[in-house]
Amino acid sequence: MFKEMHDLFQWAWLIPFLPFLSFLLIALVTRRSKGLSAAVSILAILSALGLAIAIGVGVIQSWNGEEFVGREAVAAANWLNIGGLKIDFGTIVDPLSAMMLFVVTLVASMVQIYSLGYMHGDRGWSRYYAYQSLFAASMLGLVISTNLLQLFIFWELVGLCSYLLIGFWYFKVSAREAAKKAFITTRVGDFGLLLGILFLYNKFGTLDFAALSNAMNTNFQDFALIGGLSYLTVMAILVFIGPIGKSGQFPLHVWLPDAMEGPTPVSALIHAATMVVAGVYLVARIYFLFEHASPAALQFVAGLGAFTAIFAATIAIAQDDIKRILAYSTLSQLGYMMFALGVGSLTASMFHLMTHAFFKALMFLGAGSVIHALHEKQNIWDMGGLWKKMPITGWTFFIGVLAISGVPPFAGFWSKDEILAAALHNGHPVIYAVGLFTAFLTAFYMSRLFFVAFTGPSKPENHPHESPWTMTLPLIILGVLSVVGGLVALPEHNFAFYVHAGELEHEAMDWALAGISVVAGLIGIGLAYTIYVRKAIAAESIVAKFPGIYRLLKNKYYVDEFYLWLIHHIMDGLAKVLYWIDLYIVDGIINGLALFTRGSARTLRRTQTGQLQTYALVFFFAVVVIYLVFAIGEGQLAALNPLAMLGGVK
Amino acid sequence: MSFSVGLSTYLLVGAMLFSLGLYGIFAKKNVIAVLMSIELMLNAVNLNFVAFNRFLGNESVLHGFVTAVFIIVLAAAEVAVGLALVISIYRTRKSTSVDDFNWLKW
Amino acid sequence: MSAATAGSMILPFTLLAPVLAALIIVFLPKEEGKMIKIVAALGTFAALALSVYVFFAYDRAQGGMQFNLILPWTKDLGVNLAFGVDGISIPMLVLTNLIGFTAVYSSWNLDKRVKEFFVLLLILITGVMGTFIARDLFIFFLFYEIVVIPIYIMVIIWGSTKRVSKEYAGMKLTIYLLIGSAFLLVGLVALYLNAKGLNGGQGTFMFDELAKFKYDPTFQKIVFGLMAFGFGSLISMFPFHSWSPDGYAGAPTAVSMIHAGVLKKIGGYGLIRLGLMVLPVGAKFWAPVIATLAIAGVLYAAFIALAQKDLKYVVGYSSVSHMGYVLIAIAAFNVTSINGAVEMMFAHGVMSALFFSMIGFVYEKSHTRNISELGGLARQMPRLAVGFLIAGMASLGLPGTVNFIAEFTIFMGSVRAYPVLAILGIAGIIFTAAYILRTLANVLFGPRRPEWDHLKDLRGPEMVPLVVLVFVLFVTGMFPNIVYSVINSGVTHSDLSKVMETVGLAKMGGLF
Repeated sequence: MFKEMHDLFQWAWLIPFLPFLSFLLIALVTRRSKGLSAAVSILAILSALGLAIAIGVGVIQSWNGEEFVGREAVAAANWLNIGGLKIDFGTIVDPLSAMMLFVVTLVASMVQIYSLGYMHGDRGWSRYYAYQSLFAASMLGLVISTNLLQLFIFWELVGLCSYLLIGFWYFKVSAREAAKKAFITTRVGDFGLLLGILFLYNKFGTLDFAALSNAMNTNFQDFALIGGLSYLTVMAILVFIGPIGKSGQFPLHVWLPDAMEGPTPVSALIHAATMVVAGVYLVARIYFLFEHASPAALQFVAGLGAFTAIFAATIAIAQDDIKRILAYSTLSQLGYMMFALGVGSLTASMFHLMTHAFFKALMFLGAGSVIHALHEKQNIWDMGGLWKKMPITGWTFFIGVLAISGVPPFAGFWSKDEILAAALHNGHPVIYAVGLFTAFLTAFYMSRLFFVAFTGPSKPENHPHESPWTMTLPLIILGVLSVVGGLVALPEHNFAFYVHAGELEHEAMDWALAGISVVAGLIGIGLAYTIYVRKAIAAESIVAKFPGIYRLLKNKYYVDEFYLWLIHHIMDGLAKVLYWIDLYIVDGIINGLALFTRGSARTLRRTQTGQLQTYALVFFFAVVVIYLVFAIGEGQLAALNPLAMLGGVK
Repeated sequence: MSFSVGLSTYLLVGAMLFSLGLYGIFAKKNVIAVLMSIELMLNAVNLNFVAFNRFLGNESVLHGFVTAVFIIVLAAAEVAVGLALVISIYRTRKSTSVDDFNWLKW
Repeated sequence: MSAATAGSMILPFTLLAPVLAALIIVFLPKEEGKMIKIVAALGTFAALALSVYVFFAYDRAQGGMQFNLILPWTKDLGVNLAFGVDGISIPMLVLTNLIGFTAVYSSWNLDKRVKEFFVLLLILITGVMGTFIARDLFIFFLFYEIVVIPIYIMVIIWGSTKRVSKEYAGMKLTIYLLIGSAFLLVGLVALYLNAKGLNGGQGTFMFDELAKFKYDPTFQKIVFGLMAFGFGSLISMFPFHSWSPDGYAGAPTAVSMIHAGVLKKIGGYGLIRLGLMVLPVGAKFWAPVIATLAIAGVLYAAFIALAQKDLKYVVGYSSVSHMGYVLIAIAAFNVTSINGAVEMMFAHGVMSALFFSMIGFVYEKSHTRNISELGGLARQMPRLAVGFLIAGMASLGLPGTVNFIAEFTIFMGSVRAYPVLAILGIAGIIFTAAYILRTLANVLFGPRRPEWDHLKDLRGPEMVPLVVLVFVLFVTGMFPNIVYSVINSGVTHSDLSKVMETVGLAKMGGLF
């Protein structure tokens, strides 16, 4: 049995390779044929999904809670080998990567099928599917990476795909700017991650996860580095800067809401379900580093995650654009996953990652369905009464809202509860409180979105219609998963049994805690119902009571403005100053030297009169003078005798 | 007073010829005259070469003569080029005065 | 070694292929523009094919100088007409011919004085190639001087006048090169005479012979200083860089490609071959200065690139910035960083050639390089946009392209020697991303501009630079061992690694 599984795991490299092949095929061969391009891409991702499911089943079967046959890199080949630097590429199959493989291939398949309807008639159809395939390949490559550099490479590649897909409608200025912003903001994070990679390699001589973990376990003496922080703590924080950028943690979160300029299926896949959780996955993958580092590292993660969670949730309350609300909700949920890691529960974080992928992808695709039906309208106040006109979209969206609000038995309830329980049980009451309040806010703003857009009277100018089956089928599948996805936490050999760090965690259901969070969620939904459906409390009056706070939230705490100021005044200002220096000082000196040369030449050229006879005269007397100088110099005054000069007289 | 025609005599004649040429170059305004003065100077040098070879060398050494012949050839070529230039300039500038030949500067 | 060894004729053939093509072109009538271009393409292709053969046939395990041909040339001085390549020069040789070949195709639409242009271009390629395969310092210098002449003529005849006139650009380029080479000449003569003294009166110009002597430390410091200035201004080391943006802006496409792509790299190559190998003590003395200037250049040029309005200036300053990475790698002086330096020279060569080629096509078709006048070109010229985008992505060091490998290796190597400077330098990747993405966004993306609707996308021969260079960027980027096996063989088998051990600059392991 184990033997066969091992054989299966050796084919894991096919999972990213198939989409990559499809990318090449579309880019080089089928780009003129729309149907063929989509067929190739979807076929590739579905095969990858099949393989991922097979590997997932294999992992479950060959795991006994302690040991696992696929733990090591099943396949590795030398990629780079020079003096002082050696990197292998390989594939790692373990419960963590198996779960990610499944989630990524599943959501990617759903999104690609959905796009058949959503992107119908777009002139960049083949390009779209090529990017989709490239993204799937990069993301899956990231998941099965065996070492930090390999992961970093795919990390950058998913960033590239994100850039390309956000800017897919490149002729829109907003899309172009959003793409640029996303790339540069995540680059800031990559800078930290890259530093961490470099220093870790120089210390340990390897970047392989297993080898690194081994090296830290066996007689590695941590030492103080700077500012009272130990070496490993600094490394952990440096590495964590990467996820801050990629997973949109404060203060590098600004790119994610703008990334909604891309096509909606892209937002669902990349900016909700998969790429943005790469940061969470990275922290999970390199969790041993955080465990070996001083507690400060994990506290940093927890604090930043919790802050991001509540920070983004408050912004989401005041937004009107359906995709932006979802984007801020994504940020908030990513903060949840981060602080789950920070409080020490890898299981809870990964669990939430999975359920979030289901329900958030579902809601984004639902939003896409709405936008599609309303011809690119995105403001929720322009919608209304959609539930009746678009029943499938409405129902599935409703499931998503219940799931994210933590209503049992939907998926989000189980994972969110696990996170909150972990926070409280591991001694982080403040973070628990923040998480709970965020849960309330989440339920409130998601219900607000739902009630405003889907219930109430429909607007006469809108003529919505249900989307074609290509779009509703993925909604239904994801809807089902959002309902049942959380149940993997229930059986005895549950999610935690497979995915955990260190000691096996026996996080029993704490029904009291669960009850509190359910109540928080229900209060949120109820409040939204009172304000937006019953209109018992006028939303305007609340706004009028707290105009300052409302403006602050509406403008996202002015973080964007601050960055813009930084870029336009500090960075560009410095650029202009330096350019001035280059033109007038560095080059000025060079030109000054040239001018000096020219000036002296100008003066000297006056001696060139052009008069032949003057030249001849000067020439002649110069010869005489030279003769005299030499003659006197050699003390032969006698040579001045005219006759002797003629050489004749003896 | 014994007066024999020796090396000094040739050299004196050569020096006089050279000085004449020099004077011509400095003083003459007509470019043809300047060219002729150059010829005079070249021939003064030729005379020196021949004289030195005759009086200081032995029978088998002919360097001086050869050089003189070489200079004659060179002088002929030089005059040919020079006169051609003068004619060409005269056609455009209508002048053969050295003072007008001053635009070859800077 | 006996001077008369028959040796391999493959390097001289590689060198002569463009010369032969130039000779044939001289005898073609000047109306035969098409024919002239085909001959030039064939000549450069032959050289490329031969150098690719050398690349793959080179015995990596054995290492050292291979494909040698040594003929005595001027016995009194000890000059040998010596050719040979090792792992450091092979990538440069391939790069030269790669860019030479694509430069011909980038000039395919040229119609002004076609014959003269291609003759000069081929001479230029020959000159650059000669410097990389010369094993003799004298021959190296000779080829280096050959390079200067065609560049000047090509800039002032076929160049373009924008912010500065092409005459100014050509003059600046040439004078800078000549000043650099003057300093180099002084250092070279001093080195020769000193070596002659140490060798008991027998002079030699051979690199490996020169490297054997133990020169006086003070002498090394002075001579390395001269060379650092000469080679440094050639590789556009801050603050001797200002010729580079102006020069590229004034030069025609092919010259920009060759100049930024390979000619600059003679500076880095010379610093390694002559500076580090022959004068290690001097190198150690100057290394901190070079490293500091290098990082200053990285950040300074990256910022200035942000403020540029002309496409060629952006790439010009970007190349100054990237050469800073090569310089800090050379200054870091360990096996990893030297590997990275050579790889970076290769990677940057391919990338900047692609960039200049694409800019050349944009300019040729639209007659402007002003970023604010362009925009939305991805619609009218999708193929060109792909090339442009890939060049930009390579420039900011995206994994998958060879530039990432080079940057990563350099960072890895230089963090060991100069952690603080290296961190500052790595921060440069953010600003690089900023100016590159800004340029890409403003040129390729954004609303469609009707005034560019008439532009024709790349087609036929115009596709050659795009396809060839992109292929090389990706293949060497995805399989780094292809190039690194050669470079690493060159670095570890040469005297370099021994030198590095003795001088003790190579700090292995350890943080800070």
